[in-house]
Amino acid sequence: MLKSFPAGGVHPAENKLTAGNPIEYLPVPPSVTIPVSQHIGAPATPLVAKGDKVKTGQLIAAGKGYVSSNIHSSVSGTVNKLDHVIDGTGFRQPALFIDTEGDDWVDTIDRSADIIRDITISREEIIRKCQEAGIVGLGGATFPSHVKLSVPSGKKCSLLIINGVECEPWLTSDHRLMLERGEEVLIGATILMKALGTDRALVGIENNKPDAILHLKELSSGFKGITVHPLKVKYPQGAEKQLIKALTGREVPSGHLPIDVGVVVHNIGTALAVYEAVQKNKPLFERVVTIAGKSLPRPGNFVVRTGTPIIRLIEAAGGMPEDTGKIINGGPMMGKAVYNTDVPVVKGMSGVILIPMSESSRKEVKPCIRCAKCVTVCPLGLEPYLLMTLSLKGLFERAEKERITDCMECGSCSYTCPAYRPLLDYIRLGKSTVTRLSREKNLK
Amino acid sequence: MSTILNVSPSPHTYSRETTKKLMYNVVIALLPALFTSVFYFGMGALIVTAVAVASCIVFEYLIQRFILNKPVSIDDGSAVVTGLLLAFNLPSNIPVHLVIIGSFVAIGIAKMTFGGLGNNPFNPALVGRVFMLISFPVEMTTWPVPSGLKTGYTDAVTGATPLALIKEGIKNGEPVSQLLKEMPTPAQMFLGNMGGSMGEVAAAALIAGFIYLLIKKVISWHIPISVIGSIALFTTILWLINPEKNADPMFHILTGGVLLGAIYMATDYVTSPMVPKAMIIYGCGIGIITALIRVFGAYPEGVSFAILIMNAFVPLMNTYIKPRRFGEEVKNG
Repeated sequence: MLKSFPAGGVHPAENKLTAGNPIEYLPVPPSVTIPVSQHIGAPATPLVAKGDKVKTGQLIAAGKGYVSSNIHSSVSGTVNKLDHVIDGTGFRQPALFIDTEGDDWVDTIDRSADIIRDITISREEIIRKCQEAGIVGLGGATFPSHVKLSVPSGKKCSLLIINGVECEPWLTSDHRLMLERGEEVLIGATILMKALGTDRALVGIENNKPDAILHLKELSSGFKGITVHPLKVKYPQGAEKQLIKALTGREVPSGHLPIDVGVVVHNIGTALAVYEAVQKNKPLFERVVTIAGKSLPRPGNFVVRTGTPIIRLIEAAGGMPEDTGKIINGGPMMGKAVYNTDVPVVKGMSGVILIPMSESSRKEVKPCIRCAKCVTVCPLGLEPYLLMTLSLKGLFERAEKERITDCMECGSCSYTCPAYRPLLDYIRLGKSTVTRLSREKNLK
Repeated sequence: MSTILNVSPSPHTYSRETTKKLMYNVVIALLPALFTSVFYFGMGALIVTAVAVASCIVFEYLIQRFILNKPVSIDDGSAVVTGLLLAFNLPSNIPVHLVIIGSFVAIGIAKMTFGGLGNNPFNPALVGRVFMLISFPVEMTTWPVPSGLKTGYTDAVTGATPLALIKEGIKNGEPVSQLLKEMPTPAQMFLGNMGGSMGEVAAAALIAGFIYLLIKKVISWHIPISVIGSIALFTTILWLINPEKNADPMFHILTGGVLLGAIYMATDYVTSPMVPKAMIIYGCGIGIITALIRVFGAYPEGVSFAILIMNAFVPLMNTYIKPRRFGEEVKNG
């Protein structure tokens, strides 16, 4: 029996169309729009002004405070303006608009193809380098990695988990990275282990990627302390707490962090970015993005510079199909629908999925028949039907007691509801209201 | 690009399950039992079923259209299921106008007065059935005796159900071992060759439907197994104490509405609990009340009453019995 997390979960159609498409490089676009906030935490402060010349990999906005992240230019050229942009999450935020001239990289970046295995720098230096390079969690949460790597005093990390689950349908960027950059990913994992002070790492990969499991298993024999574990295919196994439960049986208490059970989880893409930052001096200004959709002519996996409008990606994939009704930033379960095709690619964008018009609208909502499917699939043991009702009726105190804030918004309840009830919409409303109310209470 | 894109919160993909599919899967699961009852009881079974289903649909339509002024949703199949289940609780030779009255009570009173699908606290088909049992006791307990394919509607030879015979016999002081000799054998009971309401008699067909529902993930095992298990346990204890005064557990499970009730009525989504733990408590409650009524009560059969009584506890269970929350009580080794 393959391991998985025990309670709840769903298995949406996988649609991993691009699993066999090798990673390609998207040409550097004529201009980029780089938002100053591509991470969780305070937005970065711009360091350049209109008319300034910048190089590829140059620091253009500095992280503000500890929980923040540096932003680097993804192209060389001239800063055109500092303006606002609506990003892939639908928020308006300041961004640097840069017109591309050539592709002139900062000298310190090692652009050779050599793989450097020896880790020569200390724990503190690794963390500092990750902070300088603007590394954030590339699985989608975009939490600044240097914060996650600095184990709080009094706590100990005994295990690193590398998340190669990629449980979202359609997405294949991590899958391709494991196949094509496996060795660098494992060196990245070794660097992370050193930074965390642990000698053990597990790589969790779902069983729908047998080639990646085989490849990393072979490679891992050359790395001390790293083992690869196949997992049963089940969404949302890529969620940190579910993955920890599946691999170790440990359960992160509600309201706590993985480090409280001695575990830190990093994504495949993050491990590669850490390798590049530490061994190659390369800051994070490009990432692999899956572009896919049912009627897209040439779906694929591309290395894309941050700030590239997603229309460039869609054009590289053969152009936008006539019947496109919705474009998703991320996977179809947790991704966000974007407003237009000018939205820039950011650090946390793992995929761009085009949904045909016929599948892009919500269906008519029917009455709840209390089939309990939402309760059965909730990986956190919540009762989505009840939380929705409580939110609808404005009973937020009761919703808080029913642990509405535990919800991680994986969408399994809405996915599975046979009456098409917008369970997660109302749970989100309840969650944000409960959070706001408790913040107000604390202020008093 | 001038394309206007749809924007909505996640998730952006849905399972293919719909209310309609769930309901029609229940209908499919009930078909083997329908065929069996037509085989044993003849055209009467078909007529009663057709009348019950049709009148349930018509009443729901009329109420939604003209009283509630709401969009009509009879295509979701829930009225069909109610009609089928009501018919399966009736003798196959019952007068048609009584079936129509029963359907009206089931749909009109037990379901639509509470707001329709999803809102009724009690199982509509059972409310209809119990209403008829109390109002028309003679017609409701005159069971035709199966005699192969028949074409007529009222030409059946009538008799009592095995449960009623046993109850009567025990009351008169006859030993159970003697009584059982006059009863259908367990094999006959399993295949449905005995007196009873249409859906009560075909254990094999009902179990086939149960397996189908489990495979299609329409219901989980919790409720049916806990109902049947608790009846088996309870009656085994009584039987071991005094086998001459109490029938064996096999007899109890194969006769009356245990299988129909456990698999199809107790599992009604709307009127059963939401959490597996509560489902098991609910199922055991039904099992124990059924056995109590059968052994100590006035009626020979108690499944309908047991389910309705436990229906009343469902809101309480939903309020106080919670699933195991992730990260709530943590034991890390």
